[in-house]
Amino acid sequence: MTAPSVPETVTLAGGAAAPLGAADAGSLRVIRARHPWRWAAAGVVLVLLAMALNALVTNPAWDWPTVGRYLFAPSVLRAVVLTVQLTALGIVLGFLLGTVLALMRMSRNPLLASVAWGYVWLFRSVPLILQLLFWYNLAILYRRISFGIPFGPGFFDVGTMDLIGPVTAAALGLALHQAAYAAEIVRAGFLSVGHGQLEAAAALGIPRARQILRIQLPQAMRTIVPTAGNEIIGLVKGTSVVYIMALPELFYQVQVIYNRNGRVIALLLVAAIWYLALTTVMSVAQYYVERRFSRGSARALPPTPLQRARRLLAVRRQARARALADAGTAS
Amino acid sequence: MVDVRGVHKSYGPLEVLRGVDLRVGAGEVTVVLGPSGSGKSTLLRAVNHLEKIDRGFVAIDGELIGYRRSGDRLHELKEREILRQRSRIGFVFQSFNLFPHLTVRQNVAEAPLSAQRRPREEVEELTAELLDRVGLRDKADAYPRQLSGGQQQRVAIARALALRPKVILFDEPTSALDPELVGEVLEVMRDLARSGTTMIVVTHEIGFAREVADTVVFLDEGLIVEQGPPAQVLDAPRHERTRAFLGKVL
Ligand SMILES: Nc1ncnc2c1ncn2[C@@H]1O[C@H](COP(=O)(O)OP(=O)(O)OP(=O)(O)O)[C@@H](O)[C@H]1O
Ligand SMILES: [Mg+2]
Repeated sequence: MTAPSVPETVTLAGGAAAPLGAADAGSLRVIRARHPWRWAAAGVVLVLLAMALNALVTNPAWDWPTVGRYLFAPSVLRAVVLTVQLTALGIVLGFLLGTVLALMRMSRNPLLASVAWGYVWLFRSVPLILQLLFWYNLAILYRRISFGIPFGPGFFDVGTMDLIGPVTAAALGLALHQAAYAAEIVRAGFLSVGHGQLEAAAALGIPRARQILRIQLPQAMRTIVPTAGNEIIGLVKGTSVVYIMALPELFYQVQVIYNRNGRVIALLLVAAIWYLALTTVMSVAQYYVERRFSRGSARALPPTPLQRARRLLAVRRQARARALADAGTAS
Repeated sequence: MVDVRGVHKSYGPLEVLRGVDLRVGAGEVTVVLGPSGSGKSTLLRAVNHLEKIDRGFVAIDGELIGYRRSGDRLHELKEREILRQRSRIGFVFQSFNLFPHLTVRQNVAEAPLSAQRRPREEVEELTAELLDRVGLRDKADAYPRQLSGGQQQRVAIARALALRPKVILFDEPTSALDPELVGEVLEVMRDLARSGTTMIVVTHEIGFAREVADTVVFLDEGLIVEQGPPAQVLDAPRHERTRAFLGKVL
């Protein structure tokens, strides 16, 4: 280097930052800040995790062989299917009714609004387990159900027992209870949409139903989905309450089995593993549904874990290809 | 064309409009000036019945807005009919109010498709043409949050134009914008004015008023204090209040 305009070595006065010269621009290397405490905390957590895992695996009382034997037993699988069915019915019917209730509550008709309010009040106040027992015993309260003109003649009637079997009663009970919560979740979602949106839609003359479905609902979904996800996962586990109706869903079924063979812990583990599996699927689904409805909310959507992994692999591959190419030219 | 007669509007004890009369002929641009709180937004919102009025009426092309007349009574129309009337009146908000979950193209096409039920092909063509006109052809598939404020407001103008409106109402369309973005929006509005669009514009851009307006209206405390061609109202205001206001904004 001849007659550099910037001195080769910069003396630091009392640790003050050296002024940057033009010549430095290309040669400077970025060193990331170090976080020793992060590493320490991570170390502690790892040790604790290892201890917990060790206790879980080595203690014979957990009885892992039995867990393995019953995890995919046909009776358990049937119970899982029933649990999934109850959850699905509870959620779909619950949210349909909940949405209707939310729209009623927000309507300008005071009667509709009060009825919706009363519904939410009632079904949120009575414990789910009591509601289920009422539905279970519906046949005692009303022996026959008749269809016809309200307060007028009935066209035909059926025995309550024939119409509402235990599965229907359970699904209905879950759905009606869920609807009360769903109504509030949906309403909160609609309230979260800015007033300017409705004003713009009204100013454009967009029909009312279309305003709700095309403008409000998709934006409301951004608030609805996370809370609804919570509810759905709650309901997966909530179906276990249905055991009091003697329905062979997951929790009831494992009780039946451990009452027979006495392996309580192992079978509770089987149930726990299945609940974990089901809620995991729900959580992943929620992630993608949320992503779907966050379109336009951020400048760019963050990549999904899958896309991230793929991109990482692609970068690696390119780096390797470049290294090979460099090696080729060097030799 | 637009005929505002004796419009009164109160919020509780507060009288915001106290008998406003305003005529805007076809193809004319009227700029409404006035201090904050004088009722400019309320007046615009009364024109497309976003705000119900207490007395007086608004008519566009001889059609009463928001009401049906029988004898000496005005009956409020059903929401569906009001929505139909609004679908021929454009409104551009200060805060844009674009639909954030829809792309630019969908924002523009929504009302022609759902409010006016025009065929999709025709609407697609119209959308492309309008985005061209506001200089945003390459942003058709962007979402509003990916655009600058000036671009968003131009989309909002295209969205209003897509209704093929009889009149477009602008409520301070440039007030939420950074100074360097104001020009691009005013340019689009100037272009609209030249092509004979009927416009009522609330703005503090005196330069725009001077250059584009056919009529300048000065509103104060719910009354029109003075109106006339820009040269008269802006340069030789007769009223003390107008002079005081112009002294502040110029
Ligand atoms: N919904 C409402 N309820 C009560 N008062 C209101 C309501 N909307 C507006 N006002 C009042 O009416 C008056 C006129 O409001 P308006 O928005 O029309 O003013 P403006 O001339 O547009 O003012 P700016 O230039 O600040 O936008 C204000 O005093 C405001 O506080
Ligand atoms: Mg205003």
